[in-house]
Amino acid sequence: MNSALGYITPKDVLAGNQQGTEKCVTLCALAMAESAHVAGLALQNPEVLDSPRHSTLVRVTHWIHTLSFFALVVSGIGILLAHPRFYWGETGALGTPSLFDLPLPFLDTTPTYVGPSSWGRSLHFLSAWICVLTGLLYVISGLLSQHFRRNLLPMRSQLSARSISRTVSDHLRMKRPSEEESLAYNLLQRLAYLTVVFLFFPLMIWTGLAMSPSATSVFPILVTALHGQQSARTIHFFVADFLVLFLLVHIAMVSLAGFTRRVRAMITGQSVRTRQP
Amino acid sequence: MSHALSRRKLITTGLAAAAGVSGLGVAALLAERFGLIPPDHGGIFGVGETMTYAAQRLLMSRHSLAREFNRSEISKVAPINGKPPENETYQRLLAGGFQDWRLTVDGLVARPASFSLAELKRFPSRTQITHQACEEGWSFIAEWTGVQLSTVLNFVGVRPEAKYVAYFSLDESWWDSLDMPDALHPQTFLAYGMNGRELPTDHGAPVRMRVARQLGFKSVKHLRQITVTDTLKNVRDGLGSSGPGIGYSWYGGI
Repeated sequence: MNSALGYITPKDVLAGNQQGTEKCVTLCALAMAESAHVAGLALQNPEVLDSPRHSTLVRVTHWIHTLSFFALVVSGIGILLAHPRFYWGETGALGTPSLFDLPLPFLDTTPTYVGPSSWGRSLHFLSAWICVLTGLLYVISGLLSQHFRRNLLPMRSQLSARSISRTVSDHLRMKRPSEEESLAYNLLQRLAYLTVVFLFFPLMIWTGLAMSPSATSVFPILVTALHGQQSARTIHFFVADFLVLFLLVHIAMVSLAGFTRRVRAMITGQSVRTRQP
Repeated sequence: MSHALSRRKLITTGLAAAAGVSGLGVAALLAERFGLIPPDHGGIFGVGETMTYAAQRLLMSRHSLAREFNRSEISKVAPINGKPPENETYQRLLAGGFQDWRLTVDGLVARPASFSLAELKRFPSRTQITHQACEEGWSFIAEWTGVQLSTVLNFVGVRPEAKYVAYFSLDESWWDSLDMPDALHPQTFLAYGMNGRELPTDHGAPVRMRVARQLGFKSVKHLRQITVTDTLKNVRDGLGSSGPGIGYSWYGGI
């Protein structure tokens, strides 16, 4: 990394000087990451090395989301266990054909037994509120600070056929990213994060509201556009599955890139390079 | 310099904290004043219940109508949860074809009254085809016939200080309540007919509540009493319904 940055001056970085050379591809990649220009400046000012890899707001919202998402999954399973059966359209119940049945027991509340959908629903709504409000804060600040535009929108240089095939093959070979590469999000990371933030989470909120009889009394299109309340429930379930899948891949990738260091960076915000004492 | 800074910081922080605390206090008072606090607001889950209920009441219309459907969309299967009450009172009323059944309406009303099934049927009737979803996840569409709760409440004369309408089942373990916006909502009614016939025993005969904008558990079956009140604190366990006691929320609009 030192050699790559050796001839980049802070002036280059701040001016966003793009010449199309290999040097500038690296430069652009670095300029996109929050820590990028920090690393450049660091050559002249070692103090800046400790500037965060992730901003405070991203770190705080990341961990609040971690907790609330975990609570949402657990409570979602609790609710699901009251009726682990899915339908398409407006209605569906035992005695009507299902879309599919999960091989799970029916833990519904009876006069002698309180099922997990009781605390499940309460926990689901509490954590949904936390998740949605934190998410709003994250999205608004990400838009205002240009975090999404700079760090999550794919860079032009990442969209060349050569760059795409290299990124994909690196992932297929489970290649551990170098420190230099991990200074900026790669194309697949960017697409994954954008999909989660701007497609999956909005879909979860939409399908959630589409199951609310009071919300759909005000905005019937919430549910009619999805072919009915049971369809909304089914889509809610599938998008939740995709989010869990994302989480598993996310953890796998963090492990591949160095679990302790990555997690520490998301907690303390420390930069990739640590200052020698 | 650092001294001045830290003092300034201390004052600023103190002021911000004071503003925050008084802001929360004012918000709580306003929320209470405008009826944004549900009866099951206590505990950690109460935070979520309060946010959901307050958001619904602040952001959603109090008058919006639940979707109504065509006859062709009525579900062929209308599942039930739970059996009719097995107690002696209900069995006796059932055996007598509900001739002796009365619905008592009391509390904060000008003219407390009790109605027989025939008397309820003399009020203007209303029929609607609505979707009912159980909190468990299943749902069905049915046609319901009955009298609007608002018609009955207007007949007995609700006093201005009324805030909630509590209703009790012949099955003593079931009771629930609505705030005035939902109690007076045109689709909230006392149903005595279903899909063109008398309300079946399994579906709540002789009369059940129907609350179209909330989950199925608010539509309590086998009604016997309706009480208008300004507070739910001294009604049964004070949580507004039999739900919160076992973990289910009071507000079922979701």
